[in-house]
Amino acid sequence: MTSGQIALRALIVGLIIVFTVITGFAYTTLYERKVLARLQHRVGPNRAGYIPMPRKGQAERRLLGGFMQPAADAVKLFMKEDITPTHVDWRIYTLAPMLAVFPAIMSLAVIPWAGHTTDPITIFGYEFQYLAIAPGLNVAALFITAITSIEVYGIVLAGWASNSKYAILGGIRSTAQMVSYELSLGLSLLVPVMIAGSLDLNEIVRAQAGQWFIFLQPVAGIIFFIGVLAELQRSPFDLLEAEQELSSGYNVEYAGMRFAMFFMAEYMNMIIFSAIWITLFWGGYRGPFTDQVPMLGPLYLILKIMASLFLMIWVRASLPRLRYDQLMTFGWKTLLPISVLNLVVTGSFIVLAEHWSEFIQLFGLG
Amino acid sequence: MFEFVTEIAKGMATTLKHMFMPPVTIQYPEQKRPTRSRFKGRHELKRYDNGLERCIGCALCAAACPADAIFVEASENKDEQRFSPGERYASTYEINMLRCIFCGFCEDACPTQAIVLERNYELSFTDRAAAIYTKEMLIVDVPINGQATPQIVPAGQFNRSIPEMENPK
Repeated sequence: MTSGQIALRALIVGLIIVFTVITGFAYTTLYERKVLARLQHRVGPNRAGYIPMPRKGQAERRLLGGFMQPAADAVKLFMKEDITPTHVDWRIYTLAPMLAVFPAIMSLAVIPWAGHTTDPITIFGYEFQYLAIAPGLNVAALFITAITSIEVYGIVLAGWASNSKYAILGGIRSTAQMVSYELSLGLSLLVPVMIAGSLDLNEIVRAQAGQWFIFLQPVAGIIFFIGVLAELQRSPFDLLEAEQELSSGYNVEYAGMRFAMFFMAEYMNMIIFSAIWITLFWGGYRGPFTDQVPMLGPLYLILKIMASLFLMIWVRASLPRLRYDQLMTFGWKTLLPISVLNLVVTGSFIVLAEHWSEFIQLFGLG
Repeated sequence: MFEFVTEIAKGMATTLKHMFMPPVTIQYPEQKRPTRSRFKGRHELKRYDNGLERCIGCALCAAACPADAIFVEASENKDEQRFSPGERYASTYEINMLRCIFCGFCEDACPTQAIVLERNYELSFTDRAAAIYTKEMLIVDVPINGQATPQIVPAGQFNRSIPEMENPK
């Protein structure tokens, strides 16, 4: 296969996956609003777009109320005036929303959507090692940590360029928070990498054929999820957009579609971090019959992403926001020691298991 | 250490439990909650059973109004063109809903119980002129057995402002 064919294939797969995720982002907003509403005894958006079902003698029944809400929101945001305040540094101000969205889409490249436990899979007569935009990247886990670290630039530059007190405070908070939680996130990401013995995400998924890593390593899995929540700036770690203190943080000077781009980045990151969490700990695209029918993989992945998103929304509905010192104490004094300990213990056991016979000889136990 | 884990689990369980309770939302334009019995909504100008207007144009409501929202202009009644019992009726009756504070003092001041704050609370308008509610908007429909005003009545039948058919309380 020539490199041109590889590029074309990556382009086609990439377009399909990116458009799926962009649609998914729109519906994630609706999903969040609906689930949050139900958790709070409300109904949620149910006006924009419903299927009327007439009933005899009663008011008509309305099915799927609110399914056009994302479209209505998009139209509203496009119609809004695109305000650029006079006091901003307009170059960075324009660049920042794009910088927020771009790494979110980029980290999609390495997530495997379908595959087989041992063999390559065939889709429309083409043979794939596994289905991803950039399959076969052997440093995929490293790529993800690198790209997710770039995400902070969008937010901190938005805060800086806005030339506003609230925005810069939000930006500073987000930098400090991301740097603090990136450590435990990275350390708990190392655990599945060590067990699978590969940085390739598909190898990690294949290593979970017998048992998902969340059952082998519940501590690392939970720490990774907490780190994801902090990285995504979601409740209870949403200090950077604390409405009561910062009005809305880094995006306070933005309006219209640029404001929407920050939301797009946030919600796409929710989907992508869910996908990464699932890939590392919940068996990725694996589920019943994926070895027989590999194209069930995307379905399982989407179902698992929805479950993970539900967990995030549920946490948001339940937990209050942390105070800043609590955030730092929790990140540095609780999560980091636990994840280091977990890493060391896991590493020791792996080495012990690999060199069991030498170990016995060394201490004369045999 | 493990205390806060159980506390978080308890909180999460509570929210999840609430997810399966029915929502309390009232779908407003389709469903309306009944108002309380002492609710003070939009004013209505009442009529007697025979269709004559209760308002006699005395402007006591305008005098009682703390927000100066009511404007009344009275004219003479004639037997061949009778609007209300007695000498005079309100030829103009306007309430500025931008000024009205719904205190109900007008209702208390009215000697004929003509103005009553009723149940309607849907008072939105899109320009300032629409905020002024005229007599035509405020007055209730003619009762089934009554006649529309102005009525032609026999001379001397409705000389009192508070007529015989309504015993003053």
